Amino acid sequence: MEVKKEVSFAKKFAKIVTGNPIVFLLLIAAVVVGCLKDNFFSWANLTNLMSNTAIRFLIALGVSGCLITKGTDLSAGRQVGFAAVVAGIMCQRGDYNGRLWKFLPEMNIGLVFLVVVAAGLIWGLINGLIVTKLHVPPFIATLGTQTIIYGISLVISDAQPIGGFQKIYTTLINGRIGDVKGFHLPYLLFVAGVFGVAFWFIYNKMRFGKYMYAIGGNDVAAEVSGVNTTKTLIRIYTTAGIMYAVAGYLLAAKSGGASASMGQGYELEAIAGCTIGGVSTTGGIGTVPGILVGVLVFELLKIILQFLGVNPYYNYVVQGLVIVLAVSLDIRKYIAKK
Amino acid sequence: MSEYVLEMSGVCKSFPGVKALDQVQLKLRPGKVHALMGENGAGKSTLMKCMFGIYKMDAGQILMDGKPVTITDPMDALKKGIAMVHQELQPIPARTVGENIFLGRYPMKKALGFIPVIDHKKMYDDTAELLKRVRMSFDPKQKVGELSVSQMQSVEIAKAVSANCRVLILDEPTSSLTANEVEALFRIIGDLKAENVAIVYISHKMDEILRISDDVTIMRDGRYIGTWEAKELTTDQIIRQMVGRELTNLYPSKSNKPGEIVFEVKDFTSINPRSFRDVSFQLRKGEILGVGGLVGAQRTELMEGIFGIRSHIKGQVFYKGKELHINRPKDAIDQGIAMLTEDRRGSGIMGVLSVADNISISSLNKYLDYGCFINGKKVEQLVQDNVQKMNIKTPSSKTQIKSLSGGNQQKVLVGRWLANNPDVLILDEPTRGIDVGAKYEIYCIIADLAKEGKSIIMISSEMSELIGMSDRIMVMCNGRVTGFVDGQEATQENIMAYATQFN
Repeated sequence: MEVKKEVSFAKKFAKIVTGNPIVFLLLIAAVVVGCLKDNFFSWANLTNLMSNTAIRFLIALGVSGCLITKGTDLSAGRQVGFAAVVAGIMCQRGDYNGRLWKFLPEMNIGLVFLVVVAAGLIWGLINGLIVTKLHVPPFIATLGTQTIIYGISLVISDAQPIGGFQKIYTTLINGRIGDVKGFHLPYLLFVAGVFGVAFWFIYNKMRFGKYMYAIGGNDVAAEVSGVNTTKTLIRIYTTAGIMYAVAGYLLAAKSGGASASMGQGYELEAIAGCTIGGVSTTGGIGTVPGILVGVLVFELLKIILQFLGVNPYYNYVVQGLVIVLAVSLDIRKYIAKK
Repeated sequence: MSEYVLEMSGVCKSFPGVKALDQVQLKLRPGKVHALMGENGAGKSTLMKCMFGIYKMDAGQILMDGKPVTITDPMDALKKGIAMVHQELQPIPARTVGENIFLGRYPMKKALGFIPVIDHKKMYDDTAELLKRVRMSFDPKQKVGELSVSQMQSVEIAKAVSANCRVLILDEPTSSLTANEVEALFRIIGDLKAENVAIVYISHKMDEILRISDDVTIMRDGRYIGTWEAKELTTDQIIRQMVGRELTNLYPSKSNKPGEIVFEVKDFTSINPRSFRDVSFQLRKGEILGVGGLVGAQRTELMEGIFGIRSHIKGQVFYKGKELHINRPKDAIDQGIAMLTEDRRGSGIMGVLSVADNISISSLNKYLDYGCFINGKKVEQLVQDNVQKMNIKTPSSKTQIKSLSGGNQQKVLVGRWLANNPDVLILDEPTRGIDVGAKYEIYCIIADLAKEGKSIIMISSEMSELIGMSDRIMVMCNGRVTGFVDGQEATQENIMAYATQFN
């Protein structure tokens, strides 16, 4: 009997490995690199990985709704940049010489957060309206808004880097709990955790989430079943906009400065993370834990390459290959099932 | 030399669960129009797809000029001189007439003596020549998307002619044509006959058949009934041969009692001029209203219009005397109307989602805690209730619905609608593609619902199903309601007579 049980466990394990080949390849790579390089398995490196992942995870959560409904959001990265620029400008110290908006008094950073989120909501709403009311395919719609948003970021930041933040803005967001041999729990981790749990609830326990999966599974059937697909899609893109705004607000503080080019390419990283984490490009499939794993693995890949001393330019080559490989393996799963 | 240009004999073809063709034969004489007739689902299109190489026959043989041939695919069929104009035309609208005709076999020439390029001049000259042959006078460089349906059809015929075909299959060629356009088509057919082309003509329109065809072959339920010379036949004889099947005891006994009128549709007219128009009907409480008609009668379009999937420009819908304003399915659902759509895969199931998600999607409001969180136990209860009540076979409520059989998928969808406890249920071909056992179970569910006092509209293309289940049958033809038949007095003949009332 016991032998039989072990076989079935091994089989289960094998199924998990073959179902997520990229994840396991990278875990193996991490172990190998960890053995070769001394500092890889260090608390500092783990902290670094966690705070990088936290912000990327928020963006990936935002874009995941678009992907699950067979859409996409290419404006994600530029929206992050826009939010970072607006947050940066509004969080500048009152006595800082280079202040951009001198007409403003020194702002409460909580109020700034609300302003930035409201702006993100509006960008998301615009994307949602273009997709649903003008029937522009999401790829093209968000390609357009991406460019528009970047332009506006350049205009309001005057294409200059923004610095001179209030101390409370940077210290609060870079705050952390504990200090054991260089290991901390950054606040960002908790922010990501709260949003992760919230999204898990929305996706699994609320009508909005069920409607989202239904649209991804079959949008015509969803509409026929009484789902207001227009309203649901607008909400998905709006929610995404809010998430990018949150990420941008945090990112500016984390970096201690902001510029219009911030967040460039993040949409592709987020889409890659989602895909590696099992969000299906054919719609209707994707889980919050999966997205977390996907983003984590993608960040892990970057750190591995960094530790291996790979020329940074080659990093892009490798990251691109991993994306293509991940999606092709994902699609293979569905082809095989037909 | 054989008398026939093409002979098919002993053709059998099965699909999972269905024997679509059983020992069918068809013999085509050169220069003659051969009408192929039968009810919806009799196997006409399947037979033609076998001839054209789209399907592979399980058994049977094809002779051309008396010699056996195998047709592997449509390209091969074209090479052997068989061409087909499909019921649903599939042109590439953004390309020109010439490019559509010569798609995949463009005339080539060598530029600079060695670079192979398309010889556009020859292509358009040839196209002009072909268009002249089919008596069409439009520009070969015109985009196909700008043409009318009949002109597109002429392009398809020109394409067939350009392959120098000896056998031409026309599948319901006049279903979307006006009277003048039909005349133009008949002139082309006359020309082709004179060129010794054998034409297979599939149509439901009796007057056309009797007018242009020389031979008539009738099929029923995938079997060959017989071949006659057209001049020996009358409309009544054809109809009798097409529908003359015995009604077997495949239906549950009904004990519903239609009550007062609850639902009424007045002057309902589609935004599309070729679709339904001026439709009015009433529905009683606890009544099963069958909707009959041929393919293309616009029955589905009408019901989807009422349900808010398609747009209408005129007409009113009343429920218990109150007018309903329905702009999208949600509006209809909120008023207690449900619609099981015809295309189960296209607009019914959400394939990758679980049985539980599929069954609960339109009634999620009922399972909420604190007004927003879905209570998983209540959803599970819904699944279990339906699994028991309708005998749904599924490994678990988390199974992806696409891995279930068609009958079980259909039951899940019925469960989805019943979860809303609707008063009016529109069922569009509720038993299509479902095996006999599951069919009977679905009939029982329908009969029970009517007994509970729910009003049911059931579109069906199966005559026996319509007659066996309906209290009253509304028959449509070409977008209009042509008549109502009482369920007791319904016969296949009187329904077919209304269904073919094209004028």
